[in-house]
Amino acid sequence: MEIVKPFCQYLAAMTLAPLLPGIVNRVKAFFAGRRGQPVLQLYFDLYKLLNKTPVYSRTATWVFRAGPVAGVSALVMALLLLPFAGRPSFLSFEGDFIFLIYLLGLARFATVLAALDTGSAFEGMGASREMQFAVFAEPAFFLGLAALVRVSGQTSLAGIFGALTPETWRQAAPVLALLTASFFIVLLAENSRVPADDPNTHLELTMIHEVMVLDHSGPDLAYILYGAALKLWLFAALIACMVLPRHSGSWAADAGLFLLVMAGVAAAVGIVESVMARLRLTKVPYMLITAFAFSALALIFQMGR
Amino acid sequence: MPLFLLSFLLLLCGAALPLLLWRRPLAAQRSAVCCAVAASAVGLVPVLRVLFTGVPASFSFPWSVPLASFSLLLDPLSALFAVPLLLLTGLAAVYGAGYLAACAGKKPLALAWAAFNLLTASMLLVFSAANAVLFLLGWELMAAASFLLVLFEHEREQARKAGFIYLAAGGTGALLLLGLFLLLGAGAPSMDFSDFRVPSGGAATAAFLLALGGFGLKAGFIPLHVWLPEAHPAAPSHVSAVMSGIMIKTGLYGIIRVLGLLKPWPEWWGWLLLGLGLVSCLGGALFALAQHELKRVLAYSSIENVGIILLALGLGVVAAACGAHQLASLAFAGALLHVFNHALFKGLLFMGAGAVLHGTGTGELEALGGLSKRMPAAAAFFMAGSAAACALPPLNGFAGEFLVYLGALRALNSPGSVALAGVLAGLALAAAGAVAAAAFTRAAGTAFLGEPRTERAAGAHAPGPLMAVPMFLLALLCLLSGLAAPLLLGPLSAAVSAGFGGYYGFAAGLEAMGPFLYISAAALCLLGLIALAAAKRRAFLGGRQPASGVTWDCGYAAPTARMQYGASSFAQPLTDFFQPLLRKLGQYPVISEYFPAKASFSTEAQAVFYNSVYTPAAVRLRDLAYRFSWLQHGRLQLYIMYIVVTLIGLLLWKL
Repeated sequence: MEIVKPFCQYLAAMTLAPLLPGIVNRVKAFFAGRRGQPVLQLYFDLYKLLNKTPVYSRTATWVFRAGPVAGVSALVMALLLLPFAGRPSFLSFEGDFIFLIYLLGLARFATVLAALDTGSAFEGMGASREMQFAVFAEPAFFLGLAALVRVSGQTSLAGIFGALTPETWRQAAPVLALLTASFFIVLLAENSRVPADDPNTHLELTMIHEVMVLDHSGPDLAYILYGAALKLWLFAALIACMVLPRHSGSWAADAGLFLLVMAGVAAAVGIVESVMARLRLTKVPYMLITAFAFSALALIFQMGR
Repeated sequence: MPLFLLSFLLLLCGAALPLLLWRRPLAAQRSAVCCAVAASAVGLVPVLRVLFTGVPASFSFPWSVPLASFSLLLDPLSALFAVPLLLLTGLAAVYGAGYLAACAGKKPLALAWAAFNLLTASMLLVFSAANAVLFLLGWELMAAASFLLVLFEHEREQARKAGFIYLAAGGTGALLLLGLFLLLGAGAPSMDFSDFRVPSGGAATAAFLLALGGFGLKAGFIPLHVWLPEAHPAAPSHVSAVMSGIMIKTGLYGIIRVLGLLKPWPEWWGWLLLGLGLVSCLGGALFALAQHELKRVLAYSSIENVGIILLALGLGVVAAACGAHQLASLAFAGALLHVFNHALFKGLLFMGAGAVLHGTGTGELEALGGLSKRMPAAAAFFMAGSAAACALPPLNGFAGEFLVYLGALRALNSPGSVALAGVLAGLALAAAGAVAAAAFTRAAGTAFLGEPRTERAAGAHAPGPLMAVPMFLLALLCLLSGLAAPLLLGPLSAAVSAGFGGYYGFAAGLEAMGPFLYISAAALCLLGLIALAAAKRRAFLGGRQPASGVTWDCGYAAPTARMQYGASSFAQPLTDFFQPLLRKLGQYPVISEYFPAKASFSTEAQAVFYNSVYTPAAVRLRDLAYRFSWLQHGRLQLYIMYIVVTLIGLLLWKL
């Protein structure tokens, strides 16, 4: 039974990830007073896209085709490292979250090059902004994880989240609260949600992630959409593991609770998206610097304790 | 050792033969390339043997030069530097044969090839010399040979300026090193490194600072880097590859040797190294982002990577000074592994930039574009090198940085100042990595992807096999040394032992093995997943032919290549944000009418340190020197009098 659990966890993550954008959209629809699209909309979209024939620009080369493949592979790989309900996944080793950060970097690198391969001014614009925000998001994310290393005394993701108990929250509540806030901001920016980016706008000039993938179609676009869902799952799972430190001993109960919290994180994203306007592009770095400051404060508190 | 000497001999032949054949440039080139490749092949055997067995080899024969002895010592640390040296120079020579072929008859090829082989020989001498005089001889030969190569295109004013700055930096560095060796050798029975007595207290500090200045001027970290972004792009591309890939490492080699000698280290040395590393890796990456010329981007990226190595050394020294020896060993191993990895991917990147220069005649990013269609292989290799430079798995750049991260994470759970050093090191790596990713996607994207921006780029031709094969081999090595990182740990720990002390090597091998096996397995798994995703994509297409069309242009009817996002636009959000540091100069159009007509826009990346620190200092120095100009008047008899007076003074002093 113990051997089957990681498989179940991984399978759950891979199949349930496209549900999160659905929840976000339903929450937004609720706030707007609409009925909204079905929760399973992304599954339908993926199915449809996988059966479509893509169109390629005459400017594009193999880089354009390789981008989605490398991007989704990096994220599928990253999920292998990701703990599920505070329990280890397949791979867990010292410094595994460094590998995870660089896998996200690989996905970004591939997407940006694929965008530049089209020679479109819009996609170049999106690529430029994506790289700019990463410069601020990556240090904030690293520093947050470093603070968690200091809190738990562990150096692997599974170790960190396995060592978080309700007792840790009692002792270091401000630190963990700051880190949760910091990770949530990074989640919003990395997954191109409001207030950093707007996944719904149809004006190419204001989009970041969406505009980078304007030219992708068919299975390539399906890969990109699925990769985006996995990325949202990844960041949401980190937050869920952090705010959910109780390990009841029953795997099924833990997993159920974890999935509930994941849905909660998605709902929170939807609420933020409904009540906030998108920031001006030049202000987004300041938002990420705020996340960086939260992480730094958490680390300073923890080192001072 | 006989094979090692044979390698030397072959290199000296390779330096002499082209000069003898100078009337027939192509024959001269062929002889030099053959000698260089043979020397690499022959030299790699003993070097790899030392590295894998851990048993040092030495050689000595009497030499009549005062204070000097011709003694060579090849220990694992020397071997670790010599392996990328021999690999890179061998491949660069083959590449250079293709690269310079077009210059035959227009340029003194014989001289360039003689200098190239002399450069290789002198660097080999620097890495293996066991005597200070011999070391300095190698050091100066290296400076002279590379100076000749920097001036290869001396008809360009920029190359002459680069050569002059390079000469000044080299001279200053050598002067500091002379002081260092005098300090270390004073009172010692000979100038052999093994005879040096270890100074303590103030003398040790002075020696450390002299070494940091003297070797630092070669390593090129900020603020001693001003010559690097001028000189590296000025040389022919295969020489740039060698200079950036391995010649700047001679400076790091020197710093590591001096650190190994001056134990125990005070904590502040570590902080100094850490601070310099921090500034260099962040500054190097940012300046790389602002450059408009492909080779200058790569030169600044070299500064970043030297910064990363220095950062790792600093973390190690701080940790060791505070007694955290285990994590110090990880940081030291990370530094040395990055030395090796950087040589491979930076060599590859400069060769890729050379292919661009060779195919289009320009390295200006704004004039390029669309080269991926015109030179697909070179584009793929350049992008692989870029990914390695951004430390992306599964390529090799990741492995070395991962070791440093591992040290930083261990440091986080240590008490006091070590934790702070760990936080700073990890943070600098993460931030510099993100900026470097922006710089490299920008360089690769504007040069190789999209549509050609000029006629030159549209008419580019692909590099021939002589240039493509070395690039392919380097790209392959980048991938293999990333996947096989655990296999490199044995030689690496031998090198760490030789450089920093036996304990560190042992601990590094022990501590890093577990995580390295995991990242290597994870990297293989990633490759498998990519293959799987590609295969599935093909299956989803199910044999249907994708349609082709134009890039989505938002309904605009007449898109042109000039509408693409260029290099300046790509970098603008970040360079604007860091404008107080970068101080780029720009002219922006002011729009005052409803129908603005012609407008022009330009930005220029400034060499901030050169313009605002070194030039004023040089002017100050020149003004000071003018006051003593009455000593320099060009009258021969008075000069002879100076010499006579000095000699008499020395005689009296000795009496």
